[in-house]
Amino acid sequence: MVKGLQSIAFRESPYLVSSASVAGKKEGEGPLGKMFDMVEQEDLFGENTWEEAESTMQKEACLLAMGKAHVKPKDVRYLFGGDLLRQGVATSMGVEELGIPMFGLFGACSTSGEALALASMSVAAGYGEYMLAVTSSHFGSAEKEFRFPLGYANQRPLSAQWTVTGSGAFLVGTKRSHVRITGVTVGKIVDYGLKDSQNMGACMAPAACDTIIRNLEDFGRTADDYNRIVTGDLGYVGQSILFDLMRGKGYDIKKNHMDCGMTIFDQVSQDTHAGGSGCGCAATTLSAYILPKLNRGEWKRVLFVPTGALMSTVSYNEGSSVPGIAHGIVLEHC
Amino acid sequence: MDKQKQQQAYENYVKKKTPVHNLPMNMAKAFVAGGVICTVGQAILNYCGRLGLDKDVSGGWTSMILVILSVILTGFNIYPRIAKWGGAGTLVPITGFANSVAAPAIEYKKEGQVMGIGCKIFTIAGPVILYGIFTSWILGFGYWILKVSGII
Repeated sequence: MVKGLQSIAFRESPYLVSSASVAGKKEGEGPLGKMFDMVEQEDLFGENTWEEAESTMQKEACLLAMGKAHVKPKDVRYLFGGDLLRQGVATSMGVEELGIPMFGLFGACSTSGEALALASMSVAAGYGEYMLAVTSSHFGSAEKEFRFPLGYANQRPLSAQWTVTGSGAFLVGTKRSHVRITGVTVGKIVDYGLKDSQNMGACMAPAACDTIIRNLEDFGRTADDYNRIVTGDLGYVGQSILFDLMRGKGYDIKKNHMDCGMTIFDQVSQDTHAGGSGCGCAATTLSAYILPKLNRGEWKRVLFVPTGALMSTVSYNEGSSVPGIAHGIVLEHC
Repeated sequence: MDKQKQQQAYENYVKKKTPVHNLPMNMAKAFVAGGVICTVGQAILNYCGRLGLDKDVSGGWTSMILVILSVILTGFNIYPRIAKWGGAGTLVPITGFANSVAAPAIEYKKEGQVMGIGCKIFTIAGPVILYGIFTSWILGFGYWILKVSGII
């Protein structure tokens, strides 16, 4: 059912049947280390390149998520997946073997939200019993794609974020579980004209603010109707900007806000500056930390808002600004 | 116009909100790191001199030894860690230049000898080489003009 300006409230809400998270060594040493389904001690995941490693993570995450629900790849109708690499190769190469009909997505670090929105819409529309949503990021491949070779000696600004090596996969379907996706708010591109790609939190905070307010208004809710409003990877800088922007519009989300980028790493001991980022940041945190709490009923209703900075190295070099996007997914315990 | 003003206002606001490295502290660290590298260079130079090599040859050996040390430290991922502390102190000396060539060579090796290492080895050092040569050409040209016109 169409709700408000940008949202959907499902009549027959699809279930989040199962999920899985695969993470790298640094993430494994972080505060969520013990909660991931799989932590690889070697960031190449037994492959030759960062890109292959990222693909392997995606495949493992998909297999684990399906395995938990005893679902075979042939039972999954469509797969929605994406990553940060050019032309989304990590996804294409990663899910190739599974043989599931797929849609390749790009939403930068908001991809987990985009994939979950489309997967749940497809299930709710009756186009299949199971849909798989998957996304990933890898520190090595992202640094190489967007910044410098890993061995290059440079000093990162304090606003810079650390790309999470990790992949999260989510099986959405009609089979009963304890978490349902009851609604989605699809975000629009919000651009405040900022050009600093080393301060992505500040680039994405306006988009997060826009989507959160849209969600609250479309559903006629207040921030207190959610146990947590979870942003993807705004980090420390982005969070404080989000609070200011929200306050400017008359909303206070301070007491029930949480950011995956601030949760996945320990800022002080892991030297990650403004926090974690990347598609894998929100996806692995959702799977390893948020969904178990929803499953147990500790949290009843959560608004998951992964945020993306929509830039490429070319657009950045040509002086374009860094627009942001954020998608809202309403998750409820049942 | 209004939009531009809004963007400017947001940019200023973000600037205020964003933490930055402590400049005096960074300069002090860069001074120490750069100083240590130069002291090592001076030690090599003095040693070469004591071996009886002339000044030019000693200078050549000093540069080569510093470059190879930097490349080895880059290969073992130690140089980036020194640079994290030392900042520009490790970037400006010849060791920083060596690092900026070695790092892409390592990273892009997997894309092949030609399209990987060949095309991308100078992605970071390339601008330094291009504009370094260009600047010296301009200076040389100016020097030649002054010389021809009899000023020097």
